[in-house]
Amino acid sequence: MKNTIRQVFHSSKFLVGFIIFVAILLTVWIYPFFNPGNPLEMIGVGTFAKPGTYVSLYDALNTRTETLRLPDADHKRVSYLLSDADRVSMLEWFDIMDIDVSGLDATDTDALLDLWFKNYDPSVKPKGMTQAKRNFYKRLDKSVQQIRMADTLKVMHPEEGELVERSSVTKTDYVNVGDVANVKALPLGTDNFGRDVLKELVSATGTSIIIGLIAGIVATLIGLTLGLLAGYVGGLVDDIIMFITNIFTVIPSFVLLILISYSIGQEQRGATVVALVIGLTSWTWTTRSVRSQVISLRSRDHVNLSKLSGHSLVRIIVTDILPYIASYVVMAFILQVSSGILSEAQLSLLGLGPKTTVTPTLGLMMNWAMLYSAHTNGSWWAYFPVILTITLISFSLNLMNTGLDQVFNPTLRD
Amino acid sequence: MSEKRERKDFSNGPLCLSGRGVTKVFGLGEKKTVAVDHVDFDFHEGEFVSIVGESGSGKTTLSKMLLGLINVSEGEILFQGKPRDIGSGRKKREYWKGIQAIFQDPFSSFNVFHKIDSVLLDCINIRGGRGLSKEKKIEMMTEACSFVNLKFAELTNKYPFELSGGQMQRLMIARIFLLRPKILLADEPTSMVDACSRATILDMLLDLRDETGMTIIFITHDIGLAYYISDTVYIMEHGRFVESGKADEVILNPKAAYTKRLISDVPKIHEEWDLSTVDLKTE
Repeated sequence: MKNTIRQVFHSSKFLVGFIIFVAILLTVWIYPFFNPGNPLEMIGVGTFAKPGTYVSLYDALNTRTETLRLPDADHKRVSYLLSDADRVSMLEWFDIMDIDVSGLDATDTDALLDLWFKNYDPSVKPKGMTQAKRNFYKRLDKSVQQIRMADTLKVMHPEEGELVERSSVTKTDYVNVGDVANVKALPLGTDNFGRDVLKELVSATGTSIIIGLIAGIVATLIGLTLGLLAGYVGGLVDDIIMFITNIFTVIPSFVLLILISYSIGQEQRGATVVALVIGLTSWTWTTRSVRSQVISLRSRDHVNLSKLSGHSLVRIIVTDILPYIASYVVMAFILQVSSGILSEAQLSLLGLGPKTTVTPTLGLMMNWAMLYSAHTNGSWWAYFPVILTITLISFSLNLMNTGLDQVFNPTLRD
Repeated sequence: MSEKRERKDFSNGPLCLSGRGVTKVFGLGEKKTVAVDHVDFDFHEGEFVSIVGESGSGKTTLSKMLLGLINVSEGEILFQGKPRDIGSGRKKREYWKGIQAIFQDPFSSFNVFHKIDSVLLDCINIRGGRGLSKEKKIEMMTEACSFVNLKFAELTNKYPFELSGGQMQRLMIARIFLLRPKILLADEPTSMVDACSRATILDMLLDLRDETGMTIIFITHDIGLAYYISDTVYIMEHGRFVESGKADEVILNPKAAYTKRLISDVPKIHEEWDLSTVDLKTE
């Protein structure tokens, strides 16, 4: 036994898979200590805030400033504030006005703005241009002028119906982020409901792994029991069990899963219920393979001797059959966990997963991202990390399985 | 091995196991195979019986029927003169207290997850020794091991697969020594054991018979071994007994053509070896 475990950990494939899986588990366990609270709390009001560090503007204005004179600050500020869409609009204007833009690089902000200020005239009414479009250009011009011109921003404070100047901010004022009271890091931004995606993802990973484990345990237990009975007892019992198993095998389990989930109804579908349903529809494969292993074992001499010793059916199954197929069952269990997690993701993506308000799961996060068109509006952070996590979990489990396979079936070893 | 053994006559002794028209059919219709075809036999208490036949002659099927591991298709088996009843699980277990087996392949006869101590302890428990003191149990196990020339102290905490094939088969005999069944069915116990251990194991089986008075049914394809060891020989061909009787009569005066062929296949069983030219002196 000790020897087998040592051998298992010497298999590099198993080790890599094991390390990835344990790392995921540790993250799920430790992260909430650093970032406690409800993972479904809506901290943002808008949808899909970009990943990054958010600094409270109010607090920043009230923070002691230092003066830094950085040579390229002006240039950077202008080019940051001038969006790509604005640049394209400017180029369109030049085109309409037949202005030669050859040799102009649209990313060269200074050259672009020079050309703009030289040529833009709000009073010109180009032919075919709508009023709305002309107003758009007027607003664009105004904002660009502000970027360039304003040296100081005044911070006003209302006092007895009058605005009183409280402080002013110049272009050379800087605050230390560490001095600002409220800074929020959102490494994966927020989702469609304004929730912290990273926090949600960690919590969802935990739930999904639990769903996978429950589904795996249920499927393995059912499959193992039926497989042992069918294989060892044989005869009529075998015929009945295999009849049921074949029916379940012929009906695609995913269709069954969809139908059962739908008939349970949205309100009753908690994470545990979904896990049980997945487990109840995926045991056939384990039954079939355990049965065939047991059939080859039951005619072995040590089983016959155990019978002759007068041992009971249960004792023979537990002590003379089960240990021989244990490694196989462990491998089947790992695969069941992996496919349980994937099944939950598939179900949830269809909107048949656990009810949406209690706990996040990986599948639900994908479902939300899809419903709010994260994939079409470029909010990759709402779904890509989820896909990556599902892939990593299933990759690590499958790697562990292959590693075990190599140890237990030495003929496969390379 | 060369000395001539005294053979006793058991034909008038009490019956232990007999069969009347015992038949085993596998499959149905066109695929039907008759493995054992209406055989009759009478095994007496304390008798050493050999069943000899080629591979596929139905020896192992017959032995499994005798053990009650598979059902009899037709005919009946009598245990101590009365029809054998193994209909229920409890009756089967009761029957198995009287009959035990040693199988061909020692490597698959042991559960590799059980240590040798627990294999032997289990035998003591089956014989109703559960309540005995630990010292008494160890004494019994030591006695059983020394009967087969194994040292119990060296075997404790070892697994069966750490032993050689011959040692494993001897351990099997020690198991039988502890269990003391009425009948021992030895299904080619020496065919997967190296030649040196073969004679030792056969002699141990004989000692076991002499010590406990059990009936031993020895199944083999080697008529030479059967001649060496048994009192009575049954020759089996295509599921039928073609010849049976006292070992001396059957083998030294064979009647059936099949028996003659089996004997002629054994190298020099009825010739004295001339070893006069071999220098057996050691320095």
